[in-house]
Amino acid sequence: MPDATGLELIAQDLRAADSDAVLGTSYFREEATIEVAPAFLRRAAELLVGKGYTFMASCHGVDYYPEERRLGVHYQLLDMPNVDRICLKTRVTVEQPNVPSLCTLWPGANHPEREVFDMFGVVFDGHPDLRRILMPEDYEGHPQRRDFPIGGEPVLFTYNEDKVPGWTQ
Amino acid sequence: MDAVSTLSDYRRQEESVTLSSAPAGEGLEQELMTINMGPHHPSTHGVLRLIVTLEGETVRDVKPVIGYVHTGIEKTAEDKAYWKVIPVVERMDYLSYYFNAMAFCGAVEKLLEVEVPARAQYLRVIHLELNRIMSHLVWLGTSCIDLGAISVWWYCFRERESVLDLFEMSSGQRMHTRYFQVGGVIEDIPRGWVERVRRFTKTMRTRADQYAALLDKNEIVLQRLRHTGIVDEATLLGLGVTGPLLRAAGNPWDLRKAAPYSSYDHFDFKIPVGTIGDNYDRYRVRHAEIYESCDIVDQALDGLPEGPFITEDRKVALPPRHELATSMEALIHHFKLVTEGFRVPPGEVYNPIESPRGELGCYVRSDGSSRPARVHMRDPSFVNLQATAPATRNSYIADLVATLAMLDPVLGGVDR
Repeated sequence: MPDATGLELIAQDLRAADSDAVLGTSYFREEATIEVAPAFLRRAAELLVGKGYTFMASCHGVDYYPEERRLGVHYQLLDMPNVDRICLKTRVTVEQPNVPSLCTLWPGANHPEREVFDMFGVVFDGHPDLRRILMPEDYEGHPQRRDFPIGGEPVLFTYNEDKVPGWTQ
Repeated sequence: MDAVSTLSDYRRQEESVTLSSAPAGEGLEQELMTINMGPHHPSTHGVLRLIVTLEGETVRDVKPVIGYVHTGIEKTAEDKAYWKVIPVVERMDYLSYYFNAMAFCGAVEKLLEVEVPARAQYLRVIHLELNRIMSHLVWLGTSCIDLGAISVWWYCFRERESVLDLFEMSSGQRMHTRYFQVGGVIEDIPRGWVERVRRFTKTMRTRADQYAALLDKNEIVLQRLRHTGIVDEATLLGLGVTGPLLRAAGNPWDLRKAAPYSSYDHFDFKIPVGTIGDNYDRYRVRHAEIYESCDIVDQALDGLPEGPFITEDRKVALPPRHELATSMEALIHHFKLVTEGFRVPPGEVYNPIESPRGELGCYVRSDGSSRPARVHMRDPSFVNLQATAPATRNSYIADLVATLAMLDPVLGGVDR
């Protein structure tokens, strides 16, 4: 991990590219995180690749409900030769959930971004194949959002099989 | 006349078949055909559906379709206290349950800043490596069935049973043992367990020699594995592939060495790597890892420190049973832990470990309550599955079966 000073230096370089793109940095439990505006995400990722963070280890979706700009997307980037990790993070609202896709930088972002779209409804602009991946194609809603209820799925038994729509018809 | 010339005639005919797109035969037209392989197919190792575009016998494109065993474990985890999440995350990748528990417990320990005692770290390493051996045995057995070698399966599952017996002895369960807890392990190992593990690692090495004797000089295995399913290192890195698949292509990336956790830096072991990244290298790398895991287990048993097996922090770990009868505080702690669970300071962490299939990372976000606000597993099978298309494009459909077996996806981990 870069230390707190190293993180600020990286953030400084990102700010040099675009003065108000970096929304904040955090250094928590020896993990460095940079939060950027969604529009700047691609550029920031390219700059971090230039700094050696060439491997995209993971992509997570988060729902910060009830905080605003609810939906978060985290990219865990890894510098293999220096064994160094940094988290690139961006947050969007439910009304405008658009984030540029990083599939052109890392082809491996394809499945993880589809998962975040499926579970949270974040739309990745420029993704080559943005479809649901784990839930059925005709599923409605994004089940990992915090306001999506547990048990929101009707369970099919013999007594209600003619009442639950879409199963027996 | 004799067997040798018949074989070479056959071989000559076999080698005359080319992978060119020219139609095979006079005046024939080849057209692309798209077929389903799976979801229920014995060689997909679970409920995986592949949409395969074929030109004759040649695979031109593969699209994996997943989600058939999605059970919403991450959503379930948000409704449970931290220590009750452990049994559900263990059921994600059902062949590496100790690893799932380790990734999750490690993340929560990071948030809580809990120190894990040395004995617990060693016990964790022993169980993790036994689990790695067990997972590789299942992989080797099922892959050999796909290649038509059924006897290896019986031998692998015989050894797997003895690992499961060891798990049952130390924790009471064969699978999904819930042995790892936040702050350590649930109880100390029973008397006689160490000797049985030593006996197992000793026999395991000779058994692994026997598997190699069965497979390494087997003409069919060599023909089907060598120079098939090759993916170069740069493509694998772009796809985010880690673990034995990346090591088979020559990149020695292993988190146990690169970023040691749970005292892995105390042990002396090697990282097996391949050269060209074909199916044969994948087989050799995993096979060699079985020996290295045996070495780590032996070293951990030799150096097993004395001391507590779970943290003494009563806010996190249950007090010992005998304290409940004498100490009011212990009773209060016990009551608080069992009813509400412990609260975790707000924050987000990502804890990566090396599972048998690659980087298994657990992302946990806490909002300060006793339930996680988000648990996400970066499962290696889910990411590695993206390498199916580059590994099998423009090869025979029979090689697709072999390559899929050597990629070793576990669908419980893919769909979660």
